[in-house]
Amino acid sequence: MKTLFDKVWDSHVVAREEDETLLYVDRCLIHEGSRHTFDTLHERGLAVAHPDKVFAFSDHYIPTDPRARAGGLANLPDPEIRNMIELLERNTDEYGIARFGWGDARQGILHVAGPELGLSQPGIALVGADSHTSTHGAFGNLSFGIGASETTHVVATQTIWQRRPETLRIRIDGTPGFGVTAKDIILAVIAKIGIGGAIGYAIEYAGSTIARMSMNERMTVCNMSIEAGGRAGMIAPDETTYQFLADRPFTPKGAAWDAALAFWRTLPSDPGAAFGKEVELDAASVAPMVTWGTNPEQALPITGRVPDPDRETNAERRGEYAKALAYMGLQPNVPLGDIAVDRVFIGSCTNGRIDDLRAAAAVAKLGRAVVPTWVVPGSEGVKRQAEAEGLDRIFTAAGFEWREAGCSMCTAINGDQLTPGERCASTSNRNFQGRQGPGGRTHLMSPAMAAAAALRGHLVDVRELGGRN
Amino acid sequence: MEPFTTLSGIAVPLDEANLDTNQLCPTRFNKVAKGPRFRDILLHDRRFNADGSEKPDYILNQEPYRQAVIAVAGRNFGVGSSRETAVFGLMGFGIRSVIAPNFGDIFYNNSLKNGLLPVRLPGPTVETLIRQLLARPGATMTVDLPEQVVTGPDGARHRFEVAPLSRKRLLRGLDEIAHTQEYAGAIRRFEQSQASAFPWLQPAS
Repeated sequence: MKTLFDKVWDSHVVAREEDETLLYVDRCLIHEGSRHTFDTLHERGLAVAHPDKVFAFSDHYIPTDPRARAGGLANLPDPEIRNMIELLERNTDEYGIARFGWGDARQGILHVAGPELGLSQPGIALVGADSHTSTHGAFGNLSFGIGASETTHVVATQTIWQRRPETLRIRIDGTPGFGVTAKDIILAVIAKIGIGGAIGYAIEYAGSTIARMSMNERMTVCNMSIEAGGRAGMIAPDETTYQFLADRPFTPKGAAWDAALAFWRTLPSDPGAAFGKEVELDAASVAPMVTWGTNPEQALPITGRVPDPDRETNAERRGEYAKALAYMGLQPNVPLGDIAVDRVFIGSCTNGRIDDLRAAAAVAKLGRAVVPTWVVPGSEGVKRQAEAEGLDRIFTAAGFEWREAGCSMCTAINGDQLTPGERCASTSNRNFQGRQGPGGRTHLMSPAMAAAAALRGHLVDVRELGGRN
Repeated sequence: MEPFTTLSGIAVPLDEANLDTNQLCPTRFNKVAKGPRFRDILLHDRRFNADGSEKPDYILNQEPYRQAVIAVAGRNFGVGSSRETAVFGLMGFGIRSVIAPNFGDIFYNNSLKNGLLPVRLPGPTVETLIRQLLARPGATMTVDLPEQVVTGPDGARHRFEVAPLSRKRLLRGLDEIAHTQEYAGAIRRFEQSQASAFPWLQPAS
């Protein structure tokens, strides 16, 4: 009896030596930040083994300001940022690697645009030069993030040496209440097991709540596996998966589709397969979540209060809480709903998909932003879809700024960033110190919660705004 | 890769948990090509003010820690982003080994590929080492990879585990890509069998 993870791992073993396995890699995703990989390829005169199994996206450094995009790459004012985008263009041209870059209708964040292209398929082994590559496991495959040296090894050999991780099954059952989204559920999981809770593990998410989720919601869950330390996050493929994949540019067609489908149906974990560790969560008990501190486990229901370090019994945690509150500029015991924000960011590989923008727009309809609020679609495809549905007009009518696709203020490397001390309600994935710009303060939450914060100017329980259909 | 055998020298206590890779290398420095600039990039926003002046209170800005070759830190060291620049920063500063109760998986692997040895020791042992180092600034430690032993400032020996293949690569400074190329035949056979079993995975020609 095998788990989904076992099946995918075992079917990619090329060789074993000592405690490590040489795994075959079916697809490798890269971005502008992969310059260190190309530097090494050049330095050592290495070839790319299979350029047609490597896919490049312009997302981390590309501007999301529509005026900057209209002005063209050559006119981008910051020479260092322009250089990173141009380097990706030159390097991918040199090695014959497909690029979804500036001006391409398929451009977007690698974890949003990649699945749209149909690159993320059940049963494959996929690596990405980005920690949130765990996103793609939502399709029932083994996907994980790697560093520059490992990326160099993959593009040079199409393989990677790995130690086999343990398996962790997280079962989520029950019906989430009104206003509770996939983001709230994964924040609740991380709060429960901690940011180191899944180190050394490949996670499989299972249970009725996961089974009812759309692919976009599943991607939000798998995306943040790395925030619990998990190497990968996986979900068994099912009809929802196959419907999403049908007729995508890189998915099989005709007889090949039928053969693929027959194989995909064999992938789910066998009943009774053993996992190294099991965790359970009742989705009905989850409320809309916000982070109050400087890592993703420091999250609470919006109905809660800022923790009081003096009341924390664990000495180590007491120190951590005090440091987090000092950085965040928060007083203990303040209701979370009283925390005023300076800005709102809706987007990222966690929450920049069409479902996320629909949820944000449903709230935006109810009022007008009182703080600067950005909506950054995860891909050009998401942007077109949102515009076809009129979401952009809802956002602009509510005073939200509608921008171009990219990582933007999640990774804060393209110039989109907070100023020191600014506080942001953000749908991104990391609230680390300085993550959204030096001195910036981040509160993570769902798109609906972020849109609600935009209308009120402070963190607020989205359920108080009504809007229930 | 530079081989790693036995390392002795000043150890710096980084007495906090959850030092994520955003702290180790703030994102804006990910653009920098590998090189000497990384000496000042390590933990940059902890070490420097916005105007570029040093924060004298931060431990890495104090003597004798500027000469540190080993760091001892709290749990969840290097969690978060896959940026290898976090490792470049440590190496650039002169640190060749980090001792902590646990590490982010990607950071752990990135370290091994660069000749930086991450050593996992039990939480209470790490706490003791940090206390000893804080009490005796400039105390030295030894990380012995062949013996898999850390020697603390008090001379106590702590055995650690390291994956055998990684250990072999570090000891010999083996080039991983050259090593993998010895498996070229096995890779070719895998590709042929995959092409017949899973034809839909092959790139469209």
